[in-house]
Amino acid sequence: MGSRRKWIQLAVLAALIIVLPFFFPSSYYYRVGALIFVNALAVVGMVILIGYAGQISLGHAGFAGIGAYACALAPEYLGLHPGLALILGAVTSGVLALLIGRPILRLKGYYLGVATLGFGILVSMVLTNERALTGGPDGMSVADPGLRGMLRDLGWRLSVGELWYGVSAIALLIGAWVALNLFDSPTGRAMRALHGSEVAASTVGVDVARQKLRAFVISALYASVSGSLLALQNGFITPDVAGFMHSIEMVTMAVLGGVGSVLGGTLGAAILTTLPQVLTIFAEYEQLVLGAVMILVMIFLPQGLLPSIARRFRGRDE
Amino acid sequence: MKFTSSTAVIALMAAAMPFAAQAEIRLGASVSATGPAAFLGDPEAKTIEMMVEEINASGGINGEQIALTLYDDGGDPNKARTFATRLVEDDEVVAIIGGSTTGTTMSILDVAQEEGIPFISLAGAISIIDPVREYVFKTPHTDRMACEKIFADMQARDISRIGLISGTDGFGASMQAECKEVAGDSGIEIVADETYGPQDADMTPQLTRIRNTGDVQAVLNAGFGQGPAIVTRNYAQLGFEIPLYQSHGVASNAFIDLVGAEAAEGVRLPGTALLIADQLSEDDPQYQVTTDYTALYRAKYSDEPSTFAGYAHDAVLLMADAIARAGSTDPDDIRDALEATSGFVGTTGTYTFSPEDHLGLDLSAFRMLEINDGDWTQLD
Repeated sequence: MGSRRKWIQLAVLAALIIVLPFFFPSSYYYRVGALIFVNALAVVGMVILIGYAGQISLGHAGFAGIGAYACALAPEYLGLHPGLALILGAVTSGVLALLIGRPILRLKGYYLGVATLGFGILVSMVLTNERALTGGPDGMSVADPGLRGMLRDLGWRLSVGELWYGVSAIALLIGAWVALNLFDSPTGRAMRALHGSEVAASTVGVDVARQKLRAFVISALYASVSGSLLALQNGFITPDVAGFMHSIEMVTMAVLGGVGSVLGGTLGAAILTTLPQVLTIFAEYEQLVLGAVMILVMIFLPQGLLPSIARRFRGRDE
Repeated sequence: MKFTSSTAVIALMAAAMPFAAQAEIRLGASVSATGPAAFLGDPEAKTIEMMVEEINASGGINGEQIALTLYDDGGDPNKARTFATRLVEDDEVVAIIGGSTTGTTMSILDVAQEEGIPFISLAGAISIIDPVREYVFKTPHTDRMACEKIFADMQARDISRIGLISGTDGFGASMQAECKEVAGDSGIEIVADETYGPQDADMTPQLTRIRNTGDVQAVLNAGFGQGPAIVTRNYAQLGFEIPLYQSHGVASNAFIDLVGAEAAEGVRLPGTALLIADQLSEDDPQYQVTTDYTALYRAKYSDEPSTFAGYAHDAVLLMADAIARAGSTDPDDIRDALEATSGFVGTTGTYTFSPEDHLGLDLSAFRMLEINDGDWTQLD
């Protein structure tokens, strides 16, 4: 993938983000859009971890939870600005990922899955049980970062939906840009090499443990920022954000859209975020449809939606 | 482009107009009909649908039919916020009912406040209406009121030293905190404070610890679901001689079935009139409303309505009453009418809202009940 393809992918993403609002009949669509971008940001992190480096995690919602609660707790107890709290959350997640990544990433396959699962559940248990600090299962409110007021002073009046559509879109574009750059960098190549074969990668001089840890920490940062953005735009947060289902959702979105592709992951996030909204009329069958879609994609398009479709269009080139 | 698409929507709506015989009142609802809070949301959803059908069948409000849009947020606050936004922006509702849990309510509440849409919540926490928010009302009692009711009953029986055992789920944790806060004012001393996980299968160790604390005169269990049932059974097995109080969270016939009449004998809890609808005397102010509702629910779903379903029933009727009195479908007019509600008799109690009180219930709404021979007896 040359740098031209990188810019084409980014341009497609940016164009979609800018053009879509012209078709929005109401500002509710900005809300759905913002949710897609926030989810997609976490999924791009999963693309780096699963798609590039070939490692699995079933506990990344734990990092999203740390990011989210950093934005709720730091302004209240430390008097920090919510924007800085986002950075604090990311740093905490990064350091934690570094610490637990070292022992955990020695494991492979199912064992790695179960270990990360344990981490995610631990975070959500702490958030649920430390009631005095986090408000427990009832959740806690998140201070308004004051972005809207700031823009209003600059003469730019935005609705809540429009503001967070914009902020989440910018975050996603930056995230996608970093991930696409990483793909062709020496680090990205090393990660992909160990995805192909750990033994082969280490024979050609790739520090396997180090590269795995890198992918793990980077994807944790993505999840953490995604959690922070979710907390800031919702203005309220419960331990659900760190829950097991959220972890599974992240992996599912990545796998559905195409786990090796940044745009694919974004597509997966878009589909799984909008599906429940589209299926409200058949709310009882929502899980059924979701399951059926997943099974069909796995059988007929095993590389995920986007890469499989792209391959079909390109035909012989690949 | 944006302009043309919204014009197209208006044109479509105008085209659809001739088919709608009358103007309609758009009512929105988002409840947790599935997911971990389905025990709350499922009967609530059923009740909201049923009550709206009832109102429409009897001619609607001021001659206008209610068009209900009901979403299932699955107990996820994030989804609840999205659905609330959708209700307001896309479905253009004039009022919202819902928020089965405190988490989902807090998410919906923000949108309702922002957009100026009256919202009646179905969740328990006191933080929903304290501080008072202009557009936010709620029908269930707060957990604090349940604690106060129980403590009042204890005081009347000269009980002052109690053991508290609570679930760590949302309901139990919230009630534990509230009870500890009001215990002092009620002259109650909590001498033992134990907790259990919502999935635990045996609470004997916690109960034994409470028993080994000297001079405990009663035990209070704050919790919901299977936890309190296990506590009650363990309590009977351990042969406690002091009374056991449960919370309004288990005020349902299913609780007695789950525990068994023998172990449940003598358990006291605060419940609503709905639970003893069949026992109320005809001159009881809540006789009519609880009997009517219970009969309707039984006929439609062949099931007993739960206390939580009662919250939804009251919310729909309160909203309908406010819209009727407002004589308009302007959200601000409905809000003003809602706040002026006075002496409205529901299944949960008699509501009187004011600018300072958006719950409008007092302790008299709770009835202290005792389980005797597998059935409820009213104590006060």
